[in-house]
Amino acid sequence: MPEEINLEIFNADPLTEDVSDAAPEGASKPAAKQVPALDTAAESQQILSDEMTALGDAYAQALRNGAPAEIQPRLDYPPYRSSILRHPTKSLQHADPETIELYSPAFGHMDVHALESDLTIQHNGEPLGERIIVSGRVLDGDGRPVAGQLVEIWQANSSGRYIHKRDQHPAPLDPNFTGVGRCITGADGSYSFTTIKPGAYPWKNHLNAWRPAHIHFSLFGQEFTQRIVTQMYFPGDPLFALDPIYQSIVDQDARDRLVATYNHDQTKPEWALAYNWDIVLTGSKRTWTENEALGADGEQSE
Amino acid sequence: MSKLTPTPGQTVGPFYGYALPYAKDRELLAPGSAGSVRLQGTVYDGAGNPVPDAILEIWQADAEGKVPQHTGSLVRDGYTFTGFGRSAVGNTGVFTFTTVNPGPTAPGAAPFIAVVVFARGLMNRLFTRVYLPENEEALAADPLLASLDPERRRTLIARRDPDGGLSWDIRLQGEDETVFLDFEGAGPAGAGAGDAR
Repeated sequence: MPEEINLEIFNADPLTEDVSDAAPEGASKPAAKQVPALDTAAESQQILSDEMTALGDAYAQALRNGAPAEIQPRLDYPPYRSSILRHPTKSLQHADPETIELYSPAFGHMDVHALESDLTIQHNGEPLGERIIVSGRVLDGDGRPVAGQLVEIWQANSSGRYIHKRDQHPAPLDPNFTGVGRCITGADGSYSFTTIKPGAYPWKNHLNAWRPAHIHFSLFGQEFTQRIVTQMYFPGDPLFALDPIYQSIVDQDARDRLVATYNHDQTKPEWALAYNWDIVLTGSKRTWTENEALGADGEQSE
Repeated sequence: MSKLTPTPGQTVGPFYGYALPYAKDRELLAPGSAGSVRLQGTVYDGAGNPVPDAILEIWQADAEGKVPQHTGSLVRDGYTFTGFGRSAVGNTGVFTFTTVNPGPTAPGAAPFIAVVVFARGLMNRLFTRVYLPENEEALAADPLLASLDPERRRTLIARRDPDGGLSWDIRLQGEDETVFLDFEGAGPAGAGAGDAR
């Protein structure tokens, strides 16, 4: 967990730096274009939405022509402007995982304190916002629980503000909320975090670009090949259709796998709303020993 | 057993700063200690500019080629080699790890360090490897390296510096683009179960 955070440094003058850096300097921009003070990107949502619609239509047509469903985001998804210079243009090279890749780094309760899964108790006071409990299971592609592994999360506060010098948009920081949590999964692959529902976040990909509320998740499996970082969304967010990061997954079924489910049975009266989200990692490549298949506790070496 | 469809990845974004880095995250053992080597390089984008908001993880065997299974990577007791490290790049796109030269995990195998790359603007993590430059024979026999043409093959092999350190850059795109790996499909990219496109 980070040491005490000095919020003063995050309340400095807004940076003039544009967080979305995709348009290379010197690209043919009209010289005298008026740009809003807090949003230097000039492209409209309509331009982006048209691009996303065209890509979505082409994918739907490909599906009808028998193309396989795409289950991961496209690395090359130009509507996310920052991806333009940051995606490989050559095909990923198929590799059979070697010994080290068939195992995962081991984490355990030595690494993570039980209280780190509660993001609402990290400071002297209560954070503002809607208290929520996010829980679920981490499974591998064969449906086996991923036991005793590290889950890390981070998120904006209820106002949609991150503690980061590059997030200077005029929403308040919350001195009682850092927005960072960790836990170790249980024997059944379960995890649970208590936190605050994050707000939507403006991110300058284009004019009036807002991210749907989301929580970043970082996950390890039992094999290094299963490592993944992703984002969990909340059901029914009106920003889904407008967001190039969510839309970079062109398949609706695949996108739906990132959206949590509201669970009223687990909602705690007068306390917190409950959301469920299960995460499935890729399949195992290793031949498991019987003990592993029965579920390791993840603490073998402690 | 029924196969489940994996959850899609998403970009790490720019704001992982309070979440992913931790004290001594890049020091798999103490810098300057016996057997320690530096692994250093720069992450570049397709225009050749350093990427200032990438974060890398490495995972490797110990010097004897054994796969570590010790917990404690996040708390670094200073003595236990866990084989895992994490380094966010700095403003100039440079990452640095202190680690050991991994040993071969099987007789005659070419030793390498497994690497995963995350960055703002990168939609999903990228896997790759960095091989030690010594032992030409083992490198020649390595199945992955053998499947690559020479121009691409060299993007996976570190340079040994005069002081014993390893230098290895990552190019996300363009000429000399680093070879990134797909562990899922056997066919062309896009056909794999885990990494369409």
